[in-house]
Amino acid sequence: MSNKVLAKGLAGALAASVALVPLMASAGDLVIESWRNDDIDIWNEKIIPAFNKAHPDIKVSFKPTPPTEYNASVNAKLAGGTAGDLITCRPFDASLELYKQGNLAALDDLKGMDNFSDVAKSAWQTDDGAVTFCLPMASVIHGFIYNKEAFKEVGVEVPKTREEFYAALDKIKEEGSYIPMAMGTADQWEAATMGFQNIGPNYWDGEAGRKALIDGSAKFTDAAYVDTFKELASWKNYLPDGYEAISYPDAQNLFSLGRAAVYPAGSWDISLFNNQADFEFGAFPPPAAAGANTCYISDHTDIALGLNADSKNAAEAKLFLEWMTGSEFAELYSNALPGFFSLSNHKVEVTDPVANEFVSWRQKCESTIRNSYQILSRGTPNLENDLWNLSAQVINGTLTPEEAAGAAEAGLAKWYAPHQ
Amino acid sequence: MAHSGPMTDWRKAKLPVIAFLAPATIIYTLFMIYPLLDSIRLSFYATPSGGEAAFVGLDNYRTILADPDWSSTFWNSFWNNMKFFAVHMLIQNPIGIALAGILSLPQLRFRNTYRTMMIMPTMLSVVIVGFIWQLILSPVWGVGADLLDIIGLKSLFGPWLGKEGSALITLSFISVWQWVGIPLMLIYAALLAIPDDLVDAAIVDGASHFEVFIHIKLPLVLPTVAMVSILTFVGNFNAFDLIYAVKGALAGPNFSTDIMGTLFYRTFFGYQLQLGNPHLGATVASLMFLIILAGVLFYLFAIQRRLARYQL
Repeated sequence: MSNKVLAKGLAGALAASVALVPLMASAGDLVIESWRNDDIDIWNEKIIPAFNKAHPDIKVSFKPTPPTEYNASVNAKLAGGTAGDLITCRPFDASLELYKQGNLAALDDLKGMDNFSDVAKSAWQTDDGAVTFCLPMASVIHGFIYNKEAFKEVGVEVPKTREEFYAALDKIKEEGSYIPMAMGTADQWEAATMGFQNIGPNYWDGEAGRKALIDGSAKFTDAAYVDTFKELASWKNYLPDGYEAISYPDAQNLFSLGRAAVYPAGSWDISLFNNQADFEFGAFPPPAAAGANTCYISDHTDIALGLNADSKNAAEAKLFLEWMTGSEFAELYSNALPGFFSLSNHKVEVTDPVANEFVSWRQKCESTIRNSYQILSRGTPNLENDLWNLSAQVINGTLTPEEAAGAAEAGLAKWYAPHQ
Repeated sequence: MAHSGPMTDWRKAKLPVIAFLAPATIIYTLFMIYPLLDSIRLSFYATPSGGEAAFVGLDNYRTILADPDWSSTFWNSFWNNMKFFAVHMLIQNPIGIALAGILSLPQLRFRNTYRTMMIMPTMLSVVIVGFIWQLILSPVWGVGADLLDIIGLKSLFGPWLGKEGSALITLSFISVWQWVGIPLMLIYAALLAIPDDLVDAAIVDGASHFEVFIHIKLPLVLPTVAMVSILTFVGNFNAFDLIYAVKGALAGPNFSTDIMGTLFYRTFFGYQLQLGNPHLGATVASLMFLIILAGVLFYLFAIQRRLARYQL
């Protein structure tokens, strides 16, 4: 009896779950897969209507998944053939793996692809750079955000060189009413991302140094990397008391409450500070050594859009991608999300003053991306995870800069042939 | 025909017995046994880049236990887990027993109020507990430093959650604070089952409440204490949530708070640029299962059989 009841119940549950599987979009309707669920209003109210002005007959829907579930869910959907037509691409290996498995189409012949620089495209290319499989959308830029009122009160100028930067921090510390720099090492990633990758490109000459690490002609034990760690180690003098247990939101709050003078930033922090800080703030790029000819900034490629290789609406999807290469999309996107900057070569008017300051560095400095992202984080131990741990330990003072550099190199040498 | 009675009974009882066993058996098989076996099966395979999963025998186990990188991470998380367990055994369970002993004193007032307050943290979500304690211990906004200041010990305050030497111990104490209600409740229930005349007789003979507790009540609840210990062991070796909520999956600083649950999470699901590896992840999960199995077997054969039980 009960078995029969159970069987009936199971059958019923199965039928119900089948009925609940969402119906696939009809032909001609484009579906965009994305992890940016924060941006759904921007897509529905600004970007898609703007596209429909040019192409009123193509219906587009933006279907985001929460960021933590996105990779797993989009992989499963692609494998099962139920994924949308346009796939938002994570940078480097996650998307490269999708291309290798034949889930993403090559986009080299897409009209307008030449609006993007090689650095912009590097995150979504095969290792040899022969095929590009996603259309670059936006990057985030690192630098320092500072409290203008605090600078005025203490009487320091915006630093132009590394020496001026640390002189300013010393002066703020001596004066005593502000924490010189708001950051902690509890979450580890800020130490690597806002620390090491922020100030480092000035030491390793941006792209040249990053490529030298990949081909093995440079090593982490070289002076450039040890010096980066040395500068990082000096930060502990300027961080708040107990910085070892200060998390990312703690640091953001310390700055937006006006208790700190300088905040090592990613450009995505701008919108939070716009909402929460009631003082004026500005930004400056990581200062290079006095007398350096070029400055380098981390202009990290973060998000792109690719074409599902099995899409039934490939022609329409390509029209959408082509439209995205234009200046209209670049302007819309950069202004709707201050701190996310279009990767195209179009001259974009950014209205937010701080975001505009960040993007203006592209004219005077050379752009590079985080050096652990391409190829070098493929093995075990994972270089990116290593850099988080090592950078945090250097600031905590539990490792010397030399030891940290040696550990990063040793980790890489374990699996990466050019470093063996 | 002496046997026909019970036989008929069994035949009659067969259908209800199956009916009552079926839901639990089916659900347990479907959601516990099958995933467990399949996860062990998964640990014998590997997927080369762009290829199909292939059987590799014990290779994954060799990687985790013999490759210097993996084995140092694995044993680091194992020993951290042992420390985590030791703090619970040496602090949480004795406190639970002591509180249960005090709660069961006949002349205690506000008994229910205390009981409710002590079980309260157990009912909170781990994420909230992690968040609250991060705030309390925060060197920027925390009340921890101020509270120590009141008793003149402010100099002892430090960023405990951020220091390699103290992060794991601090997290263990947070976990103890949250879960102490469970041993408390189980042992309290066992203490209530002890007949009053045993206690009364001892009191009449001149024993103090403390002596009654040590010589009469404690031996009688030892089987419960043993059960609480094994629950603590299994719970601690499956722990993951508190560490993940407070320190993230990279379990810093310098992996000093990495336990087997966080190691499994990083390996199976990947982290940041580290792509997930379901096969190595399943291997870590199977090793966790073996460790827990070994602990439980040790308990069953070495401890449970030697426990004296008294008919009350």
